[in-house]
Amino acid sequence: MLALPAAPQPAPRRQVFVGTAVAGAAGMMLIGGMMATWLKFRADAPVRESLKRGLIKDWMPAKIVVPETAANMMLMGFFVVCVMAQWAVYSAKRNDRPHTGLALSVSALMTFAILNAQIFIWTQMGVAARDGAFHSMFYAATGTMTALLLSGLLYTAVAAFRYLGGRSKDVELLSAHALYWYFLTAAFCAVWFVVYVQK
Amino acid sequence: MTLIETHQNSQVHASSSSVSAWLTTADHKRVGRLFIGSGLIALLAGLVLAVLIAFERINADSYQILSENSATQVLATARLLLTFGAVVPLLLGLAIAVVPLQLGARSIAFPRLAASGFWMWLTGLGLAIAAIIGNGGPGGGESNLVDLYLASSVLLGFGVLLAAISIVVSVLTNRAPGMGILRAPLFAWSSFVGALALVLAMPVLIGTTIYLYIDHRYARLGFGGNFGVNRWIGWSLSQPFTYLLAIPALGIVLDVVPAMNRSRLAQRPAAFVAVGLVGISVLSAVTQTKVTLPWEGAKFLDNAGDKIADLLPFLLLTVLPVLGVLGVLGLSLLTLKSAQPRVAAPLAFVLLGLLGILEGAAAHILSGIEDADLTGTIYEAGTYVAVTFGAVLIAFGGICYWGPKLWGRSIPDKAAIPLALFGFIATLLGSLPYMVAGFADQPSGLVNGFAYSGPQDLWNIATCGGFVLMLLVSAAFIALALKSFTSGTTAGDDPWDGSTLEWATTSPPPFENFASLAVVGSSSPYADMKSSTSTGKGA
Repeated sequence: MLALPAAPQPAPRRQVFVGTAVAGAAGMMLIGGMMATWLKFRADAPVRESLKRGLIKDWMPAKIVVPETAANMMLMGFFVVCVMAQWAVYSAKRNDRPHTGLALSVSALMTFAILNAQIFIWTQMGVAARDGAFHSMFYAATGTMTALLLSGLLYTAVAAFRYLGGRSKDVELLSAHALYWYFLTAAFCAVWFVVYVQK
Repeated sequence: MTLIETHQNSQVHASSSSVSAWLTTADHKRVGRLFIGSGLIALLAGLVLAVLIAFERINADSYQILSENSATQVLATARLLLTFGAVVPLLLGLAIAVVPLQLGARSIAFPRLAASGFWMWLTGLGLAIAAIIGNGGPGGGESNLVDLYLASSVLLGFGVLLAAISIVVSVLTNRAPGMGILRAPLFAWSSFVGALALVLAMPVLIGTTIYLYIDHRYARLGFGGNFGVNRWIGWSLSQPFTYLLAIPALGIVLDVVPAMNRSRLAQRPAAFVAVGLVGISVLSAVTQTKVTLPWEGAKFLDNAGDKIADLLPFLLLTVLPVLGVLGVLGLSLLTLKSAQPRVAAPLAFVLLGLLGILEGAAAHILSGIEDADLTGTIYEAGTYVAVTFGAVLIAFGGICYWGPKLWGRSIPDKAAIPLALFGFIATLLGSLPYMVAGFADQPSGLVNGFAYSGPQDLWNIATCGGFVLMLLVSAAFIALALKSFTSGTTAGDDPWDGSTLEWATTSPPPFENFASLAVVGSSSPYADMKSSTSTGKGA
């Protein structure tokens, strides 16, 4: 007689959600640590006279202009993705596949828009990484944030593939996906304020 | 479209020992054993280099083997190998292999993540060592290889991070029915705290290394180029970061002591607090600041308000973790007092290793006092050696204790106990003379060209002897473990008469660990099962 192996252990509850939360905490420490180093360099920079703002820290070279509109649009884009990701969860809980698919598609679209804005900022600023400490650190910080953004896009793709591919009961994955975007938004808020606003 | 959830074929994979099966394994026991095996090899390599450095320091003026530049890099390599090459994989490997068994789970959470963590760690470590060999380490002259060193450090950090995430999520989500967090075994709890500390600390290290990489590759204007590497990420190879790495070791002590004593751990809830207190050191590791205590001798009570403001962070970041280690020692002794313990190798290794960690942690308090004037001296190396060697000894104890479960065979106590004693002597010899030399102002980071009053040669000869002894102990332990686990005495399923769930399955366990799910009703679930069976109530 053929002996069947023991049945697999039931999937632990909310493992993906908890894993995403832990990964999100690690991501927050990554961005938080990088921003702390950035602020240390800024605090240690000498002071110079600005025509508009009086005495300021001579951290970002005077000739560099940050395209603030694009940076602000990026921030808004992150919030839009959060809403879309949560909409996907809401729709999935009601077994509404078309709206879940739409929400995930808009999430991905907005991610591309954010990516586009980031590339726009890089090209418009015309900063070369080898020109100074600010320059290299600017690319390190925004590049790391972009890598996290791409991981969010990948997460969206995986969530959409699994949900639309037939696992329509897997709301936990979509909740975890939304949580990841909340983390990304919080991380970008820090980058936006420190790198693009405070400079 | 239909998606199919894929699982490895348990029966086929469990019995397969081919290279490809090991390379592609997602079985947590195999991943853990890969970590442990690689860690033992790196330990030997790190100790050989440490001996070389210590030998070089004996005569700082005349006979030299290494040039100043290569000595700096050998020093960096030794620390890298001992910290991220040995202590991290030995304790992470034990946690990955044993914690799911202790939790009564059939697998670790995200097993492929843990496996990819191992391969990333191994690749990162290998590339980092290759870069250093090619003069690309901290302060190295080969620009491209310094870039490689930094990039591989990021890879190594990600590997450790992924493995740590896997452990954290396992403890949070994979516990058997009825096993609340306070019913989890202490090794599972300490692995959770240690892994969580790594999850919080490693990204800071990774972020700083990314800055260093971009700056070194393109600008070299902000971080001091190749000479800035140690200044910016050297904290990851020193105190108090090493406390974080040693946290899982405390759990090994707290699991081994009651098992050897055939009793329950005294004041079990206090043990959770003690391990958590050591986890506080993550704050000082992440903030990368050294808290100093202005002592000022007789004027200590002047400006008491300011002093208290300085004292509080000092107590929080430097003293509390030591209290945690003291707490673990106190609870262990209290437990041992309650019955006659059996004298076995795991007990000898973990108690002596704990004393080593305590020595290093307590000595580290002194380095925070400004008037002691120990900053920049070799005193720090002494505290590092004590914590690192102590953690390695406890890891050896863990291998002796859980080895029979993982390999199905036992390490003989008669051969292993002397190694524990010699290991402890090596820890004292390798650390205390450096601490004394630190008071005499022997500089850290230098291997030649220094002189100070006092028996300079004596301290460095003693330390070199300690490192040689530790190298011999480690080599002998590895040989003994290899021999025992391949052709030693077959161990039963429950060789220590244990009380936690890992002893409820066969030795070695099958692919999915347990044939049936256990329902846990106390912190000693397997002891409960055994007593209910013996009283005829059934399992």
